[in-house]
Amino acid sequence: MQEIISRAKELLENGTVARVLGWKIGDLPYNPEPAYFETAKDLENFVYNGFCGANLSKYMIEASKLEGKTMICLKPCDSYSFNQLIKEHRVDRDKAYIVGVGCKGKLDIEKIKKAGIKGIESISGIEMTDAADTLEIKTIYGDKTMSYADAMLERCHVCKGKDHVIYDELIGESKDTKDAERFAEIEKIEAMSPEEKFEFFKAELSKCIRCNACRNVCPACSCRKCVFDSNKFDSAQKANVDSFEEKMFHIIRAFHVAGRCTDCGECSRVCPQGIPLHLFNRKFIKDINELYGEYQAGADAESKGPLTDFTFDDAEPSVVAERG
Amino acid sequence: MSVENQFKPKIVAFCCNWCSYAGADLAGSSRLTYPADVKIIRVPCSCRVNPMFILRAFEKGADGVIICGCHPGDCHYSTGNYYARRRMTLLFSMLDYIGIENGRTRVEWVSAAEGVKFSQTMNEFVDKIRSLGENVRLGDLRCKK
Amino acid sequence: MQRVGVFVCHCGSNIAATVDVKRVVEAISNEPGVVHAEDYQYMCSEAGQALIAKAIKEKALTGIVVCSCSPRMHEATFRKAAERAGLNPYMVEIANIREHCSWIHKDIVEATEKAVILARAAIAKVNLNTPLKPGESRVTKRALVIGGGIAGIQTALDIADAGYEVDIVEKTPSIGGRMSQLDKTFPTLDCSACILTPKMVEAAAHEKINIYTYSEVDKVSGFVGDFTVDIRKKARSVDMDKCTGCGVCQEKCPSKKAPSEFNRGLGTRSAIYTPFAQAIPNVPVIDRENCIKFKTGKCGICAKVCQAGAIDYEQKDEIITEKYGAIVVATGFDTIKLDNYDEYAYSQSKDVITSLELERVMNAAGTTKGHLERLSDGKAPKDIVFIQCVGSRCADDRGKSYCSKICCMYTAKHAMLIRDKYPDVNVTVFYIDVRTPGKNFDEFYRRAVEQYGVNYIKGQVGKVIPQPDGSLLVQGVDLLDNKQILKQADMVVLATAIEPDPDVRKIATMLTASIDTNNFLTEAHAKLRPVESPTAGIFLSGVCQGPKDIPETVAQAGAAAVKAIGLLAKDKLLTNPCTAKADELLCNGCSACANVCPYGAISYEVKEVNDHGIREQRRVAVVNSALCQGCGACTVTCPSGAMDLQGFSNLQIISEVDAICQ
Repeated sequence: MQEIISRAKELLENGTVARVLGWKIGDLPYNPEPAYFETAKDLENFVYNGFCGANLSKYMIEASKLEGKTMICLKPCDSYSFNQLIKEHRVDRDKAYIVGVGCKGKLDIEKIKKAGIKGIESISGIEMTDAADTLEIKTIYGDKTMSYADAMLERCHVCKGKDHVIYDELIGESKDTKDAERFAEIEKIEAMSPEEKFEFFKAELSKCIRCNACRNVCPACSCRKCVFDSNKFDSAQKANVDSFEEKMFHIIRAFHVAGRCTDCGECSRVCPQGIPLHLFNRKFIKDINELYGEYQAGADAESKGPLTDFTFDDAEPSVVAERG
Repeated sequence: MSVENQFKPKIVAFCCNWCSYAGADLAGSSRLTYPADVKIIRVPCSCRVNPMFILRAFEKGADGVIICGCHPGDCHYSTGNYYARRRMTLLFSMLDYIGIENGRTRVEWVSAAEGVKFSQTMNEFVDKIRSLGENVRLGDLRCKK
Repeated sequence: MQRVGVFVCHCGSNIAATVDVKRVVEAISNEPGVVHAEDYQYMCSEAGQALIAKAIKEKALTGIVVCSCSPRMHEATFRKAAERAGLNPYMVEIANIREHCSWIHKDIVEATEKAVILARAAIAKVNLNTPLKPGESRVTKRALVIGGGIAGIQTALDIADAGYEVDIVEKTPSIGGRMSQLDKTFPTLDCSACILTPKMVEAAAHEKINIYTYSEVDKVSGFVGDFTVDIRKKARSVDMDKCTGCGVCQEKCPSKKAPSEFNRGLGTRSAIYTPFAQAIPNVPVIDRENCIKFKTGKCGICAKVCQAGAIDYEQKDEIITEKYGAIVVATGFDTIKLDNYDEYAYSQSKDVITSLELERVMNAAGTTKGHLERLSDGKAPKDIVFIQCVGSRCADDRGKSYCSKICCMYTAKHAMLIRDKYPDVNVTVFYIDVRTPGKNFDEFYRRAVEQYGVNYIKGQVGKVIPQPDGSLLVQGVDLLDNKQILKQADMVVLATAIEPDPDVRKIATMLTASIDTNNFLTEAHAKLRPVESPTAGIFLSGVCQGPKDIPETVAQAGAAAVKAIGLLAKDKLLTNPCTAKADELLCNGCSACANVCPYGAISYEVKEVNDHGIREQRRVAVVNSALCQGCGACTVTCPSGAMDLQGFSNLQIISEVDAICQ
């Protein structure tokens, strides 16, 4: 973290960048938040640790409009989102100074809480430089421990790899934390009966409060105005007027980002209701891989996305019924 | 079963202007019958069909939605149906994934010469929807009750 | 709110027998916006149209719905009627209650119910219609013809005769194309050069025609009526203005080993050359790959002998940018490569040749001065075997699936000419079918068989085996006698399939003209618009669209010219107003729409927008309505709904969905 801060100071001082986009200390030990830093003094609040899960690439859309360059800190998986935004002309590459920061997996406070650890005062073992694979957690009920891996976000268990796909310089080591099959959850659902599937999603989606957190955090959901807020489809509704609304919203949202979603997992991370929203996006990714060939959105900034492309002998839609 | 009690499904058919709509016209001029449950909406091309339209139909109480376009390779706009094919494949797969019966959605390529195919397809589709019964999983409860 | 009038047609009894039209009128009278509803026997009749016009005026209607036959039948009729009555023609919607209702349902209650629903959907839609006005774009009164063969020459002549400027771009040093390589032409046996050369001269002399030879199309932008094209004039190394065409340079050129393209590689030519004696322009080019001066820096003989001082070793490629209203593609064909057909021993024996090579052998100006002789030893052949369908009508991917169309006839021609000139030579033709659909074609073929005694054997050849004595052993089968045939031959001629010129794919891409799996350009409609590309302003002439013989090519060339003239005759073009339109406040500038547009109609501009008080520079999509054909692919690709289609808008379609599912 210190290395990032001193580099940030240097870049601010020598005028390379006008501001730094990073994370600052939050009001609790486990909720750092995205922030701009414009002076060395600001940087006193800079933090980079295991709880800095937030993908900052989307902030670059607004930062691209500001005067001067912005130093942006990207973890390996965030760099995919950034590339995708370049492809869609949403960010200005020339306005960004990308510092690829090391990552050894990000933590999910909900997992810690679910393990029965409450009243947290401080957590050690979250620094990126720490070699420790155990978290030492001080709580008002006494000291607890938890393995780092057990507290990781779902997305880190299916890590895309430790390499940044775009950067100007790298600071810190990264680790490939993949220890699970990316599509295992999807396959489990696919194997269910239609009734079971329906009940599963009904149960999950009925928790939705349409707070739009998933949409607002999603780097692919970068529309100036969402169709669900505009009058273009007669679909602007805040309250759920019927049981269909959440399904419509989440299916369409996933469809709109299909072929563009890098599977960064932010939607599931921020959902206050704990809905595993990545199950929608990852289903599209799985279908795209199986039907149209392996595709990783954001791996490059040039290729045509699978939904703006085709081949003459693509599968027919009847494949859905045929594969049962 | 008396006619009154028979389940009358609501079926929306999106037909592209150049092939399938003309195919439906040919079915008409050849007097090839299919159930009146099918109502056709004319669109310029199958690539004009937005997933929003399909979900909207289900939301408003449709029991089945079918999209008809020119055969791949014959699109009036050269490539429209190729895009439609990918979009619909992925959308249908998603609907299937969340537990919607996959028989409720269908894509069929019908040329302007295929009046017989149009009529057959619609008969088959209506039969399928009748066998699936009313669409409760994707219905708007307000409209149905 | 619109003021909608609904007009329900009986269509005699076509509709009225199955749909209770009075009930339809009654049922829709209270629909939102409806201020007038009536039924009539024949709405499309003059009296029916008068009813519509009267109601539009008296009730101040702002939109109408006609419940009648298919819009494909009478939408245009009712739009015109509405326009005459002062209503915008795009404020008309049709509910198809005939083809989609009365004709397919028997039960009157059911059919009436459906007709009401279809009418409601149309009413819901028309409530959201907006008046649309076709756009206008200007027409540059100049045509470009790509390819200077007989197709391109004929098209250019016809367009020029109508009074329009035409440029021909030909990639080889001379116009003339394949036809200039032919000896005689079927079914009249007149000499190809004798009928082609005057056309070439006429084109070159025509005051409205400008010919760019040794030139290629580099870049195309714009759209129907207003194309901008970059033409690359390749460096000829000879000043066209100074050269007198005396030919001394070619005589004196020491590098004479280059294979002659014109003679299909059967002979050689000098490094500075005109492809053939009657070449137009009669100005040579230096083939820099074979020129000693260019290879070694020494020589320069041509420059020394040129009295006119026309040789210019420093000449560079030149780019000419020109505007055109119409573009005609006439890129022609070549024969396929025979790499996949080793069994015919083409690469092993000099005496196995293609039919096009035989044309050069038989031509008086060819390598053998028109004497029929074996290319291996110069001996006169005694037995010649012709093999049909080499690479044509091929079931697997070795060759082409299509029939090359011209081979049956030219083989009959070759056989006849040989038997006529050399009666002692035996000619055998192996064929699958003999296809002779053309004026005087079958008579021609029968003459070959009956009068000239050509031996036709129905069956294919499995193998041609070169023998140690220099002869060829042909293994075939006679399907009619059901027996194997082993035949000794001195010469084998392969009726090699033709394929579009390999450069056509590049050209089609530049023109955004569609092309089929065989690289033939696709016509806008296989029957009704056979000489137009689906891309507006692009026309097709000759074999680039499909295999055809000379008379068909000339006919199509004329047809393409007429279509081009029809376009050039207009001062302005009206464009279909049902095009896509981007809402610049919602546009993300992401380029997804441009990626799926088949017409290249979407571009991006950075411009200042005022988004509810926020003024900023944004990258936004702009649709060129002259290019957009209104498919709607972009509208679904656009996640924000910024892109919508006029006449088939998102809200219009949703209103129809709602009306049907109500």
